[in-house]
Amino acid sequence: MALAVESPPQQIRGRARTPSAPLRLVTAIVALGCALPVAYLLVVITDEPASAWNAIWRPQTLSLLLRSAALAVAVGAGATAIAVPLAWLTARTDLPGRRVWAVVTALPLVIPSYIGAYLLVSALGPRGELQGVLAPLGIAELPSIYGFRGAWLVLTLFTYPLVLLPVRAALLRLDPALEDAARGMGRSNWAVARTVLMPQLIPAVGAGALLAALYALSDFGAVSILRFDSFTRVIYQSYRASFDRTGAAALAALLVLVMLGLLLAEARVRRGRTYHRSTPGSARRLPVVRLGRWRWPSLAFCAAVALLAFVLPLAMLLYWSAQSVAGDVEWAEIARAAGNSLLLAGLAALATTLLAFPVAWLGARSPGRWSTVVDAATTTGYALPGIVVALALVFFGIRAVPVLYQSLAMLVVAMVVLFLPLAAGSARAALLQVSPRLEEAARVSGRSPLAVARTVTIPLARGGVLAGAALVFLATIKELPAVVLLSPIGFDTLPLVIWQETTRSFFESGAVPALVLLAVSAPPLWLLVGRTR
Amino acid sequence: MRVPLLLALFLSACLALPACGDDDPGSAATGGDGGSLTIYSGRDEEYVAPLIKRFEQQNPDVDVKVRYGDSAELAATIREEGDRSPADLFFSQDAGALGALQNEGILAALPRSTLDRVASRYRSDAGDWVGITGRARVLGYDSRAVAQADLPGSVFDLTAPRWKGKVGWAPTNASFQSFVTAMRKTAGEARTRQWLEDMQSNDVRAYEKNSIIRDAVADGEIEAGLINHYYILEGIREGEVDGKDYPVKLHFFPGGDVGSLVNVAGVGLLTSAKQGGNAQKFTEFLLAAPQQEFFAQDVGEYPLVQGVAADPSLPALADIQSPDVDLADLADLQGTLELLQETGAL
Repeated sequence: MALAVESPPQQIRGRARTPSAPLRLVTAIVALGCALPVAYLLVVITDEPASAWNAIWRPQTLSLLLRSAALAVAVGAGATAIAVPLAWLTARTDLPGRRVWAVVTALPLVIPSYIGAYLLVSALGPRGELQGVLAPLGIAELPSIYGFRGAWLVLTLFTYPLVLLPVRAALLRLDPALEDAARGMGRSNWAVARTVLMPQLIPAVGAGALLAALYALSDFGAVSILRFDSFTRVIYQSYRASFDRTGAAALAALLVLVMLGLLLAEARVRRGRTYHRSTPGSARRLPVVRLGRWRWPSLAFCAAVALLAFVLPLAMLLYWSAQSVAGDVEWAEIARAAGNSLLLAGLAALATTLLAFPVAWLGARSPGRWSTVVDAATTTGYALPGIVVALALVFFGIRAVPVLYQSLAMLVVAMVVLFLPLAAGSARAALLQVSPRLEEAARVSGRSPLAVARTVTIPLARGGVLAGAALVFLATIKELPAVVLLSPIGFDTLPLVIWQETTRSFFESGAVPALVLLAVSAPPLWLLVGRTR
Repeated sequence: MRVPLLLALFLSACLALPACGDDDPGSAATGGDGGSLTIYSGRDEEYVAPLIKRFEQQNPDVDVKVRYGDSAELAATIREEGDRSPADLFFSQDAGALGALQNEGILAALPRSTLDRVASRYRSDAGDWVGITGRARVLGYDSRAVAQADLPGSVFDLTAPRWKGKVGWAPTNASFQSFVTAMRKTAGEARTRQWLEDMQSNDVRAYEKNSIIRDAVADGEIEAGLINHYYILEGIREGEVDGKDYPVKLHFFPGGDVGSLVNVAGVGLLTSAKQGGNAQKFTEFLLAAPQQEFFAQDVGEYPLVQGVAADPSLPALADIQSPDVDLADLADLQGTLELLQETGAL
C-alpha cells in the first residue's frame, strides 16, 4: 500500500504548489471566460433580487435540491459501478474478445441522452415494445419507469463511458512494477487489486464519476422525457412556462452550489496522493489476469450492459429508419447538417483541448487554492443547463463582441464553456501519472519549462489529452440548446435536424438523422478506444 | 511544437467562417433600399420556409434570414439581447410568448390597419402583436363507436362513466397545457383540480402527442381524445383516405365551453428592429389572402383574416363557440404545470 500512495518528498510538494506567473495568467483568463454563466446569473439576480428570493424561498426548493443532488450522486455511483469492472475486464484480463468489448462498451457515449431516454421509454415503458411482446402472457402494463428510477437508469447507462474511458486509460498506463512487487510479497490478485490498483485509479474514477454526476445535474433531455423534476427541468420550465428569467437564474445559482459540493467531495478524495510511476522505467507489458471460471459471468456482464445501452437503442433506430419512407428522407439536408456538425465538433475539440491543457497542468502539478478556484470556475458551464449557458453568452456576446455574435467562433466559445472539464479532467488524470521527477531531470539537464512540456510531459500524457479531445468532440456533436440559440443562421447541425423532425411529427422520423449522428461519432470513438490496446 | 500552428489554424478558421451560415454567397453584397429581414421563428421550418421562399420571390431585393427554435426560448433570447437584437420580427407558435415580450415593452405597436384585419380576440389589446392563424382544441372521436347523441356537451362531462378508460390526452403537450390554463382562468383552480383528478380516476390514457392520440382513436384503441383540430386533416392526408371514410371526426364543445379554446400563432415587431419596414411588409404578407390560404390548406389551421375560408371539412371559425379568454393570460403556465404535477397528470 505504501508503494503507491506514499507522500511525495516535501521539497517537491512545496515547489509544486506555486504555479508560475504565466500559468496563473493563462488559467485566470480561461477561468474568467468559463465563469461567464455565473456572472450572467449574478446580473440577472441582482436585477430583481426580491423575485429571485421569492423563487428560491419556497418549501419545494429544499426537496428539489435534495432530489437533484441525489440523482447526481446516484448516477456518479452507478456509472462507477458499471465502468470500473468493465474497464478492468477489457484492459487487464483474458476476457474473450476484449478489444471488441473495449469498443462496444464505450459506444453508448455517442447516444444523446434525449434519444436514449425516448428509446428506453419506447422499449421498456409501461406500454412499450417489451410489453407488446409480453402481452400474450397477459401482461397489460409494465411497472412505470418514469421518475427517479428511470432518469437514474438512463443517465447511468449513457454516462458510464465517462468513467470507463479514463479508468481504462489509467489501467493501461499503470506501472506493472508495483503489482509485481506486491505479488512478490505474496499478495493475492484480489489484494493486489485492492491495495495497488484501486488507489492508483482514484483520480481517474473520481474525475469520471464527477463528470457523470455533473452531467446528470445539467441534463434536460432524459429528465424531461422521464418526467423527473430535477433542477434543470424546473429551470427550463421557468423559461418555457412562465417566462421567468429571474426565477430560473436563482435556481441555476443554487445548482452551482450543488456543483461546488460535488467538486469539493471529489477533490477531498484525490488530495494528498501521488499516482505516477515509482521508478522512471519504460512501459512494460502489463500482466494479464486469467479469469478462469469467472469468464462466463464476465462476458454476460459486458453483454448485458452493451445490450441495454447500445444494441437496444440502435435496434430501435434501425427499425424506425426502415419504417420511414425512403422518399421522405432529406438526404441533402442531413448531409449538410452532418458536415456542419463535424466542423463544429472538430473546432470545439481543438479549442477546448488547447484551453483545458493549462488548467489540467495546474491541477496536476500545482494543486492548491488557486487550482481549486480555477477548477470550480471551469466546471460551472458543464454543470449548468445548456439554455443558461446559451443565454449567458447571448447576454455578454451581443454587448461585448457584437461582430462575433451568433458566429461560428462564438458557438465554439460556447462549447468550450460547456465542455472544458471533459478535456481538463482527462488530461489531468494523464498528467498525474507522469512523474514530476522526469520533468525535474529534464529541467536539470538545461531545458526550458516549455521544452520539458513538449519533449517529456506531452508525449507521456498524449493518450489522456487525445481522449479528452474525443470526449469534447462527442459531447459537441450531440449538443442542442446552445446550438439553437447561438449558431449562425442557417447553420443546421444533426441534433437540430433531429429536433425539427421530431417536433413536426413523430419521433420516429428523426431516426435517420439520429443514425447518421451515431455514424459520424464513430471515427473519433474508434480513435479513443481502438488505438489503445 | 505543433500547438501554435493548430492555434493559428483554429483562429483563421473561426474568423473565416462566421458568415458560412449564409447560403447565398451574394448576400453580403445585397444593399440598396431592399435590405434584409431577420426573423426568429418559433414555428416549424416546414411551414415557414415555403412562405419565405414566396416572400423572397416577391421581394427579390430583401435578404431574409430565419432562426428556428422553441417559441419561449427565442422569446428569452430576444429579451437577453435587448435593444441590440438582430431580430426584426418574432413569429411565435402561441400567444403566450408574444404576451411575455409585450410585458417587457420589447414589441412595437402595429398600425391600426394591420390589426383590424383580424378579429379583436385574436390580437393584442395594446396592439403589440397580431394573430396569423388559429387552432382549436377539439374532441377527436371514433365515429364508428360514438353516436352523435352521445357526444359530451362539455369537456367536464368526460369524467362520466360512459368515458371510463376511453379518452386520451397529452399532458406534456403545450396546446393541452394552454387549454388547462384557460380552464383555470375560466372555471377556477378548484374545479380544474377536480377535473384533472376525476379524469384520472376515470382512467384517462396519457399519450406523448396529439398525433399519437389521433392514431389511437383511428385504431380503435380509445374512443376519443383531446387534440388540436388540424391533426384530423393531417391524418386524412397521411392515410390518403377520403375525409368521409376517415373514422376520426371532430367535435367542438358548444356554448363557450373551455374545451373549444382557440389559440393563435402570431407575430410581433421588435422596437429595436433595424428593418422595421421589411418586418411590417412581411406581416402584411402573412395576412394576405394567398398566405392565409396556404395555412388553411397546407397546414389545416384557421385563417384569421376575414374573407379567407377554412378547410371545407371544418366549421367556420366564427361558428366555434370558443370560451372568452384573454390569450395573453395563457402565458401564466407555471400554475398549470404545478397543478398537473400535483394531481399526478404529469
